[in-house]
Amino acid sequence: MGRIALKQVQKSFGDVTVIPPLDLEIDDGEFVVFVGPSGCGKSTLLRLIAGLEDTTSGTIEIDGTDATGLPPAKRGLAMVFQSYALYPHMSVRKNIAFPMKMAGMDQAEQERRIAAAAKALNLTDYLDRRPGQLSGGQRQRVAIGRAIVREPAAFLFDEPLSNLDAALRVGMRMEISELHKKLDTTMVYVTHDQVEAMTMADKIVVLQAGVIEQVGSPLELYRAPRNKFVAGFIGSPKMNLIEGELANEHGCRTIGIRPEHVEVSTTEGQWQGTVGIAEHLGSDTFIHIHGVPGCDPLTVRADGEVSVRHGDTVFLTPRQNLIHRFDDNGMRIE
Amino acid sequence: MARAVPNSRKAINTAVAGTLGFIIFFPILWILILSFKTEGDAIKAPLQVLFSTGWTTESFGAVQERSDYFKHFTNSVVLALGSTILGLLVAVPAAWAMAFVPAKHTKNVLMWMLSTKMLPPVGVLVPIYLIFRDVGLLDTRTGLVIVLMLMNLPIIVWMLYTYFREIPGEILEAARMDGASLREEVIYVLTPMAIPGIASTVLLNIILAWNEAFWTLNLTASNAAPLTAFIASYSSPEGLFYAKLSAASVMAIAPILIMGWFSQKQLVRGLTFGAVK
Repeated sequence: MGRIALKQVQKSFGDVTVIPPLDLEIDDGEFVVFVGPSGCGKSTLLRLIAGLEDTTSGTIEIDGTDATGLPPAKRGLAMVFQSYALYPHMSVRKNIAFPMKMAGMDQAEQERRIAAAAKALNLTDYLDRRPGQLSGGQRQRVAIGRAIVREPAAFLFDEPLSNLDAALRVGMRMEISELHKKLDTTMVYVTHDQVEAMTMADKIVVLQAGVIEQVGSPLELYRAPRNKFVAGFIGSPKMNLIEGELANEHGCRTIGIRPEHVEVSTTEGQWQGTVGIAEHLGSDTFIHIHGVPGCDPLTVRADGEVSVRHGDTVFLTPRQNLIHRFDDNGMRIE
Repeated sequence: MARAVPNSRKAINTAVAGTLGFIIFFPILWILILSFKTEGDAIKAPLQVLFSTGWTTESFGAVQERSDYFKHFTNSVVLALGSTILGLLVAVPAAWAMAFVPAKHTKNVLMWMLSTKMLPPVGVLVPIYLIFRDVGLLDTRTGLVIVLMLMNLPIIVWMLYTYFREIPGEILEAARMDGASLREEVIYVLTPMAIPGIASTVLLNIILAWNEAFWTLNLTASNAAPLTAFIASYSSPEGLFYAKLSAASVMAIAPILIMGWFSQKQLVRGLTFGAVK
């Protein structure tokens, strides 16, 4: 079981309020991702759940019992840190065994769980090495191993992939997702990378300045962002937010259109602009276009075969049913 | 990064560095030579000293006869180890607290501690002497252990603080998540990780305490006098006995020199710890 409920949880450091009162429910078995720009309070929120920070007010319930005042170890949660936080003076085996040793678990059971975890994470050959002798990906797996042997109520991940290189990150992303499918345990995952959030999450929590901007499935957030911030944060390249005349035509302050929802043509279209930079990725071409009033540059995601150059004049047509509208406060208008 | 240096330049650099090294080492070498000469040879002109043929160990015998080397040696060992152990007992908790639970004024406290090292010791000699006299600590090992510990405490705290700061907080948090109590965290995680730092702090402190002369000379007479006082006793108003003074010096500095030699790797590693990632 791993149901976590935050009720009016607040965190201040001195006079600075990092997280104003906030409510959040995480269901058992869910993969929840906290995402937001750096300094938005997502790591602090995770550390509050872990018990590594004290709440200023409010309660944290784990499986229905109040865990607000409990020390980290008593909450039944396991955490994987950004820096892996392995014990450098212990072998991989001892690292994985450490939480079980602290819990005073029977030796034979410890051995059995270490063997099982090592097998699941491809670490069997490395059990007697020190963390310093492992690659980044292997260290990450040891950190995960140390977390799974405890059979926790929930896993907490604090930007676990940000120290890995891009290729490894994609691999580990899938490994963690598979682990979640296999264990079916609640996972709370913090990242600033919206691609990780979109690909892994059952539920995404978008945070800004300690405030939850929106909670929903990846596609809900993509299709119906609640406000301009979520609209700009979810999706890559970012949604184009257009103000002024073009927005007024739609009867609102701001309109948003995703780069993939704009048709490019060299002959005709609704809006006209000049190509600034065209980024050819092979599969796609990202074209940054100047001259569309109220949005500079406007980004368009076109087919990889489109060949436009700097200075070319292009015509753009947004897909009408995919235009998002926002009011004066930046909130979505349905 | 290696830079290309012409061989001629390398040769000149080596020669200059070698000469400088020799000049710095020369007094120690000279003491060593004099300690194996007779008193008569030892006061001759330097070149004559060097080429005089009489080599003898009689000075060492005379020194041991005149003053009890082993008593002074024991005192030095007791003072160096005692002040180091006492210093660690105070400094380890202090440095832990400052490194892991810093408060608003932690930096100021550290600066203040260091600033006490800027004060000339002679400035507090009279008050400390009077206090020692009144509480009966003059010429006692206990008294000196306390003074030497206090003298070196700022350095021990600073060094340990620096090492502890190098231990990533996340590892300690991981231990906490893994169910370690504060005691288990210290025993299984913190201490093993800090051992290189603690070791070099201990070594440096032993050397500093061993060589400390100001307080040991001023606060002891005979009972608690360490090797520094033993050397000083050979420079007397009745005249200088170069050979015996040198023999005494060799006997006093040899133990710490040998210890320093064997631990230099550890010492250098400890002192540059954290300087390069």
